[in-house]
Amino acid sequence: MWGNTIISLWRVLVGFAIAAVSGILLGIAIGWWRTARDLLEPVIEILRPIPPLAWIPLAMLWFGLGFTPAVFLIWLGAFFPILLNTVLGMESTPKKLVEVAKTLGASSSQVLFKVGVPSAAPSIMAGLRIGIGIGWMCLVAAELTGSNSGLGYMIMYYYSTMEAAKTVAGMLMIGIVGFLMFSALKKVEDKLLFWRVQP
Amino acid sequence: MSKAKLTIEHISKSFSEKKGGKVTHALQDFNLDVGPGEFVAIVGPSGCGKTTLLKIVAGLEIAGEGAVYLDNKKVTVPGPERGLVFQDFALFPWRDVTGNVVFGPELLKVPAAERVKIAEHYIQLVGLSGNEHKYPAELSGGMKQRVAIARALANNPEVLLMDEPFGSLDSQTRSQMQKELLYIWQEKRKAVLFVTHSVEEAVYLSNRIVMLSAGPGTIKQVYTVGLSYPRSRSDHGFISLREKITACISEECR
Repeated sequence: MWGNTIISLWRVLVGFAIAAVSGILLGIAIGWWRTARDLLEPVIEILRPIPPLAWIPLAMLWFGLGFTPAVFLIWLGAFFPILLNTVLGMESTPKKLVEVAKTLGASSSQVLFKVGVPSAAPSIMAGLRIGIGIGWMCLVAAELTGSNSGLGYMIMYYYSTMEAAKTVAGMLMIGIVGFLMFSALKKVEDKLLFWRVQP
Repeated sequence: MSKAKLTIEHISKSFSEKKGGKVTHALQDFNLDVGPGEFVAIVGPSGCGKTTLLKIVAGLEIAGEGAVYLDNKKVTVPGPERGLVFQDFALFPWRDVTGNVVFGPELLKVPAAERVKIAEHYIQLVGLSGNEHKYPAELSGGMKQRVAIARALANNPEVLLMDEPFGSLDSQTRSQMQKELLYIWQEKRKAVLFVTHSVEEAVYLSNRIVMLSAGPGTIKQVYTVGLSYPRSRSDHGFISLREKITACISEECR
């Protein structure tokens, strides 16, 4: 069970990291520049309604079994909430703060990095939290079908050998690991965004 | 060549609504010179284009016609030599008091050691020593506005533009802040362009009061305030000037 937990955890961390980097970068671009938005939004709006689970067959055709399709699915699941929250955060940068930065002498890249990004940070963090939750669910789904290792595979395996107790143990493990990841992220968030806290 | 610090020449600005093409004239042929170290207040009814004027001077809005000159040089984009203070402070909530104050010097790549000195100096000037590491969420309205003023001053601007800076403060804090602003102004000798709703505030603070009329904003009257500092609100000259201007404004509102 520990081996499978480690395998699942590793997959989700890799998938989530890729989703975080790609989602945040694209989100910043789409939320800040009109042109990026006009170019990318149509594509995203078509891909977004497709449930990650609907990608499983294609993921297996492309990547076979194991690590890569699982990471791919986690990325898919985590990417959209991270992206959309980043876009939302960038778009809702207070106009006053942008103006004040300009009158203090900020160049356009300074406005982006010293005003836009920090002001979007709470929204980005919310996206990461939602993203890791969805990513974890997608991982288990991917392992149920397209894998021969990991926690999802494990519960499916004990289902086939009719060992209900071990299946439940696997389920609990999925719950516990998910909870731990979520709270770790929450800790990071509280640390980074302490300035939001009211006295 | 004029000797004025800030010259505002023939500024006109109108906004057209996207639908229907209705055009609102916010400002029409506005002219004003602000001398070095002069404190000029702009008063007038709501919607007479006071804020628009300040934004044009700051470079945040583009004038339809006319131009703004600083030391005889035309300015069109925002720049650190014109510091702006908003009514609602507009502090960066993720930066503490020091972080907010040094924002400008940081952008201009002032070395870190010097930034520390600048922060210390201006935080002390606005009376916030001991609060260097507090975040905006922990500050009262009056303290926030002090930070905003210190932040604008930390760039050592030539002109300070203030858009109803004390408008959202309670009356006690407000008169306290007025006193402190005068102290800072006398200390730093900046030219100030100060937009306010309050005639009393204008009479208390400024060397000259420019009264705007509404729709479109044009200069209706300019008053020179001959009273010496510090001014007393119960002084006869103070009261009569205040009444005179107030009467003129209410006439405008009718």
